[in-house]
Amino acid sequence: MEIAVKELLDYHSLEHPLKLKLVSGIRGIEKKITTNSINRPGLNLFGFYDNFVPERVQIFGRGEAAFLVKLVKEQNLENIKKFFTFDIPCCIFSHDFELPKDVKDISEAAGIPVLNTGMSTAMLIHNIEQFFAFEAAPRTTIHGVMIEVFGIGILLTGESGVGKSECALELIERGHRLISDDVVDIRLLPNNMLMGYGSKLIKHHMEIRGVGIINIAHLFGVGVVRESKQINMIIHLENWDENKQYDRLGLEDEYEEILGEKITRLVIPVQPGRNIPIIIETASMNYRLKTMGYHPAKEFNNMITSLIERGEEIY
Amino acid sequence: MKIELTVINKSGLHAKPASLIVETASRFKNTKINIIKNSSTINAKSILGILSLEANQGTSLVFEANGREENEALQALKNLFDLHFGELPGGKP
Repeated sequence: MEIAVKELLDYHSLEHPLKLKLVSGIRGIEKKITTNSINRPGLNLFGFYDNFVPERVQIFGRGEAAFLVKLVKEQNLENIKKFFTFDIPCCIFSHDFELPKDVKDISEAAGIPVLNTGMSTAMLIHNIEQFFAFEAAPRTTIHGVMIEVFGIGILLTGESGVGKSECALELIERGHRLISDDVVDIRLLPNNMLMGYGSKLIKHHMEIRGVGIINIAHLFGVGVVRESKQINMIIHLENWDENKQYDRLGLEDEYEEILGEKITRLVIPVQPGRNIPIIIETASMNYRLKTMGYHPAKEFNNMITSLIERGEEIY
Repeated sequence: MKIELTVINKSGLHAKPASLIVETASRFKNTKINIIKNSSTINAKSILGILSLEANQGTSLVFEANGREENEALQALKNLFDLHFGELPGGKP
């Protein structure tokens, strides 16, 4: 993980806001944060530096801030100066703390950015850890289309020209949602959830052969787009291969691994006359049924087996 | 097989050059071509993918081809870059 302090300042999130403002030490704004844990520097301000990890973001709550004020009042600046001699990425104060002028000068001289936020310390720590977890999450990019169909996140893959975008367009027309066309950013979050995102630049744009680049949010409204979605299923589209056997029963699930996480995968052959969007809708509903505990293919098979065992007439 | 190409034209990889790359890459049906920039890898047959690279003048991109016509494909892409996609290196066509 490597995040510049600048990125922390620029970070916007509805779920986990940080609302940081720069107080001093602009010179160090390019400093890199390399570890995803934080430190409360109470002990260190007191002069105790055993097991101190300066690479961590230093979070000052009300307690640390009050101690800092006390030190400044007593003009006992040695400990503060010593603290700022370490290679600290940045210090963050909660509760909109007003940094004393002396400390501001020390941080300016050391080139260590001091930030401040109106949030409570607990919220700040929670949100910053969420942000670090997100940034440190393993990631990859996949060529495909990500859509949400009946609440199920589906990653459509397949060769270029097989009709992924056209298929997604039809699904959007039917009221389902687009996350991203062509380039899907995937992150494995700490709870083992695979999340699909659109790239910042191209999000909600699509390329349809013969029409060109279109903006889905503008054409169909914001109701049919989403920023991110968990990937529940992969649907791979491929041109119908005469020599290949496709799944007829659906008794066994096939999986594909993304970032080490197993995801159900269906292979759907494409052929003129086959209405792929409806097949995808059906597959998605079937997936929901399975997660609710009903496996249609297995139930059907159980019924047949029990009938045969009992020797009853099926017809 | 891999080659590294640098964007020379002033306006970078905007829509027009991107479409030329896609057109060229798509001629080689049996060859898989990826473009790698830093940590992101995208398919050279995807126009939105190429645009998402935000490649400006001076950006170097690694083209990686796998398949029957990999040499020809990379040569064709190299020509495209050498001719600055038909634009003058300093500015507009």
